[in-house]
Amino acid sequence: MSTQLLTYLFVGASFALYIGIAIWSRAGSTKDFYVAGGGVHPVVNGMATAADWMSAASFISMAGIISFMGRDGSVYLLGWTGGYVLLALLLAPYLRKFGRFTVPDFIGERYYSKTARIVAVICLIFVSFTYVAGQMRGVGIVFSRFLEVEVETGVIIGMAVVFMYAVLGGMKGITYTQVAQYCVLIFAYMVPAIFISIMITGNPIPQLGFGSEVADGSGLSVLEKLDGLLSDLGFGNYTEGSKSTIDVFAITAALMFGTAGLPHVLVRFFTVPKVSDARKSAGYALAFIAILYTTAPAVASFARLNLVDTVHNTSYEQAPQWFSNWESTGLVGWQDKNDDGLMQYSAGADNEVTIDRDIMVLANPEIANLPGWVIALVAAGGVAAALSTAAGLLLVISSSVSHDLLKQTLMPAITEKQELLFARIAAAVAVCIAGLFGIYPPAFVAQVVAFAFGLAAASLFPAILLGIFSKRVNKEGAIAGMLLGLVFTFSYIVYFKFVSPELNSAEHWWLGISPEGIGFIGMLLNIGVAFGVSRFYAPPPAEVQNLVDNIRIPSGAAIAQSH
Amino acid sequence: MSEQPYEHQSENPSPHDHNDQKTLSQKNAASYWQANLRLLAKLLAIWFALSFGCGILLVDWLDQFTFFGFKLGFWIAQQGAIYVFVALIFIYAWRIQIIERQYGVDDDAEESSV
Repeated sequence: MSTQLLTYLFVGASFALYIGIAIWSRAGSTKDFYVAGGGVHPVVNGMATAADWMSAASFISMAGIISFMGRDGSVYLLGWTGGYVLLALLLAPYLRKFGRFTVPDFIGERYYSKTARIVAVICLIFVSFTYVAGQMRGVGIVFSRFLEVEVETGVIIGMAVVFMYAVLGGMKGITYTQVAQYCVLIFAYMVPAIFISIMITGNPIPQLGFGSEVADGSGLSVLEKLDGLLSDLGFGNYTEGSKSTIDVFAITAALMFGTAGLPHVLVRFFTVPKVSDARKSAGYALAFIAILYTTAPAVASFARLNLVDTVHNTSYEQAPQWFSNWESTGLVGWQDKNDDGLMQYSAGADNEVTIDRDIMVLANPEIANLPGWVIALVAAGGVAAALSTAAGLLLVISSSVSHDLLKQTLMPAITEKQELLFARIAAAVAVCIAGLFGIYPPAFVAQVVAFAFGLAAASLFPAILLGIFSKRVNKEGAIAGMLLGLVFTFSYIVYFKFVSPELNSAEHWWLGISPEGIGFIGMLLNIGVAFGVSRFYAPPPAEVQNLVDNIRIPSGAAIAQSH
Repeated sequence: MSEQPYEHQSENPSPHDHNDQKTLSQKNAASYWQANLRLLAKLLAIWFALSFGCGILLVDWLDQFTFFGFKLGFWIAQQGAIYVFVALIFIYAWRIQIIERQYGVDDDAEESSV
């Protein structure tokens, strides 16, 4: 069978599976729709969280980004995993004990204010929409690369599938499809990684192969050989950083605190039965995520090594098969500047080879000479990663509209049935808007996805954290803090990315912190202002202080859950 | 909730006992929270020392040591820290449950699936 046909078969079969699960797990109540009925097993929730979390960017782009950043790529590895420690220790158990449906629910109740709730909804929609637009685009790109359909067609097919299970099944449908998607994506990621590790080092475990000797008799380890090759070509050493320490610190912090503040991840911990399950579940989630996140840097180094080894100074006629296969997509290219028929790869102006970072994962199966079904599997895995994240994001957008805006603020008189209908309509509208973003990506989408983290770190994370750990922070403090964090971070990013992009370099940055890392400063400002402003106003009323006392105690979550 | 555990007034302890119990349970809640904060402080200190300390601030210095074929700082930043993060969450889940039982605020008796 041709690879093309196999790819259609794999992707088609995975879609049939997701839709089958959606029909089997339709939501019957708002509780089903928002929190999957609240009875999800911690391991199942951990797996669903892992799929929710690992997006098209984690699956397709991350290894490639690390491959070209070397040690500086650690910001993503540390940032996107370290945040789970904060989530498990500081937020998830208490939010589970609080036991409602959404993140703005908590902020609205804890800060006894509709304004606080609305501000939280605005932060949430802002963060989630920037994020989801990138996912839909990711679905389209995977389709266009593997199935040779237009990006637009790919986005529409992806929309239709997400529509089916997010609108029908709500959180319940999403939870069980995400479990299936996790299995597909992790298998699709590991198979080529294991074979590449065997090919380069002879060790089948990529995490160990990463530190082993290269299997070419040179006696050098993968990283020593890579450092040597790259510095010969004028690149910096792979194992040394080029970013300033303060910027690496700030970016890692912004990604960590942002991860802990992302609503679509937080809301997953509302679905487990009790507080102790929320903690364990976060542990399982990170363990499932760690499988991919510890493999990615290994794949990054293998792919870069292989690239330099097989492409540099090779004549174009003898280029490896994968190179010519992917040339037509424009992801790799060669321009013979010095007319010697050889492909020169270097850091300088004489470089003749252009390489898109995504190729480091997409071409893996061909680099390792794996059969067609592995390529088909990687396609299905990429689509699974993008769809699972998109569905989780669409759900938090729709529930914040139907629950926080309509039920809790504008139309408190609606029945549960009407609320459920509004939730479905909101999910449908959100899918369509996300699809439009995917088809007509605003020029800024690619640039802002990473900033969703900065905004979450500067707005939602501190408000939730202080709501649990301080009884003194009142609504005035929290609202001022969230608004300042959001406005400050947003303005800094917009200034350097859109208003004056020519100034976007270390000497113009405030304290040497890049727009990617500024969310960390936004978070500190938020916390400082929240405490400062709170001092000038009355402490929270007694019933709110009792609420805080109550959420600090684990017992009673299952009983307190009925809404 | 905790103020009114039973529906029928007759099942509730007399006002005097009730007050005593309330202070006791409040005291327990307060000491539980202090114990929780101490545990959190310890675990977050490890979290910070490893990720921001070893993985970022001290990474160049640690790179002089070799660890299973890796430079140590590089390995912590790209592998080791992630393993420890996973361990930290499970250690917290385990330790806090012991503390909860000690202060009688655990959720062991609650249904683990609805």
